[in-house]
Amino acid sequence: MSTTTATMGSTVDVTSRNVPRFGGFNSTMLGIELRRMLRNRRTIIFTLVFPAAMFFAFGGQSGWDEKVGSGNVAAYILVSMALYGAALTAAAGGAMVAIERSLGWSRSLRLTPLKPAVYILTKALVALTMGAIAVTVVNVAGIVQGKPSMPVGTWIACALLTVVCTLVFAALGVFIGYLVPGENAMQVLGPGLALFSFVGNVLIPITEGTTMWHVASFTPMFGVAEIARSPLTHELPWYAVLNAVVWLAIFIGGAAWRMSKDTARV
Amino acid sequence: MRVRGAARFADTVDDMTTQTAVSLRDVTKNFGDVEAVRGIDLDIAPGEVVAFLGPNGAGKTTTIDMLLGLSQPTSGEVEVMGMKPRDAIAHGLVSAVMQTGGLLKDMTVRETVAYMASLFANTESVDDVLKRSGISQLAARKVGKCSGGEQQRLRFALALLPDPALLLLDEPTTGMDVEGRRAFWGAIREDASRGRTVLFATHYLEEADQYADRIVLVSKGKVVADGTGSQVKALASGRTVRATWPAADVERLTALGGVDSVEVRGDTVHVHAKDTDTVARYLLSETNARDLEITARGLEEAFINLTGAQA
Repeated sequence: MSTTTATMGSTVDVTSRNVPRFGGFNSTMLGIELRRMLRNRRTIIFTLVFPAAMFFAFGGQSGWDEKVGSGNVAAYILVSMALYGAALTAAAGGAMVAIERSLGWSRSLRLTPLKPAVYILTKALVALTMGAIAVTVVNVAGIVQGKPSMPVGTWIACALLTVVCTLVFAALGVFIGYLVPGENAMQVLGPGLALFSFVGNVLIPITEGTTMWHVASFTPMFGVAEIARSPLTHELPWYAVLNAVVWLAIFIGGAAWRMSKDTARV
Repeated sequence: MRVRGAARFADTVDDMTTQTAVSLRDVTKNFGDVEAVRGIDLDIAPGEVVAFLGPNGAGKTTTIDMLLGLSQPTSGEVEVMGMKPRDAIAHGLVSAVMQTGGLLKDMTVRETVAYMASLFANTESVDDVLKRSGISQLAARKVGKCSGGEQQRLRFALALLPDPALLLLDEPTTGMDVEGRRAFWGAIREDASRGRTVLFATHYLEEADQYADRIVLVSKGKVVADGTGSQVKALASGRTVRATWPAADVERLTALGGVDSVEVRGDTVHVHAKDTDTVARYLLSETNARDLEITARGLEEAFINLTGAQA
């Protein structure tokens, strides 16, 4: 801290200074963000180990080989568990914003050329990558177990749709991260997402047309789950798509709203 | 004498032909009904080391936030290096060191420097920065495992990464011991001697006097004095006579030559004056005042007097 740049003269030449390209987006930052996620033991356990374990627990229940669309029940459960795991991972990634904010890191970043939108984009990319890893882990668990069966194309289509759908929960994570201070965000998100998974036709099957089904169709996990499983089930009710779009809009809107209010000196 | 408007001194008026590092024009900032900054005009020339001195709540931090583009003035204009604050930040021309926080505990020292360095268009190699900041040996350590002093060195390294033309420090030595404070200011002075402009907020008059070329005294959102340390100290010239005098004749006292102000607290009277001898002579020979005490007005008292802060 005792010296400064060797190249510095008596005063700084203002004209020699540039603004970084792409609003500050770069691979160094992205790499460090990914490494941080992978180093976090809690993230790894809750988002990678837990969904895979859940799949092993539920994926072999009786009737696993009954036909569903172009595959079987085990395949249906596989896609659902992958979505659950990916949603948790993405939400955890989003919620890291909360911890960063409480530690004043967000403020440090605001004193750099990094554009807020680029920061969010980086977080979204990290969430997507982590979501993809979670989906891969559950799918590998499925292959190892050997019960799920569906055409390879369907398998890949479901996995890709699941990863895209996790963006809804990355946005939710950011939103909750801003609402709930510090490290408590994950305490809200973990049980919250489990609850939404139960009432949203992800963890336990809900009979179509029942009152429970109507309730479920309004909850945030319902729409994305129907979308992620649509290549398998060949069914995609219009209200499921509407559900996913509306919840995405709500979570992104909420995150953007909280972020714009984020002027506190934390 | 209470300085009402800004007490300006001729030799601190900027040479307007050179570019200013900081320029505030009639800047105000309200938070709801609260007027945190009530019209500040300030020019800082490149290379100056300026102390922004004032009690808590004077508007120092609010002003620094506006210089960093973290908040927008309610009215008036803020320019840094001839640019809007956000543009100056985007060009890596302004940095700030926060007193606490601002670091992620789960990142290593090296990762933190690499992360921040990656965000600027022009920076030096991470290794050079680590070495120069004396934290090479800490590179692999998690920030959360570093001591307070080590974290402060890291914050410094980060602030100097873009080689900023202007360095803003908000209460930089809070929590530092005497030794740490001396080392800190030694480094800042050395750095400033190479031409960097430094503006630091502090509520320690001594710190401002010792380390700044120029002191800008703020109180209740306004600049109340602006000059060198000795000029500000001159404002504090005079002594205080304290005496026990029930039913003091304030009018007579005030009318005496060289009396700045008179304060009555119960049976005691406090007279601030340049010529305390006259006051003492009057009190002892023409009144029944007793228990006289004459004290020199210290810097702290001058500070209180100028800023109107409560003792």
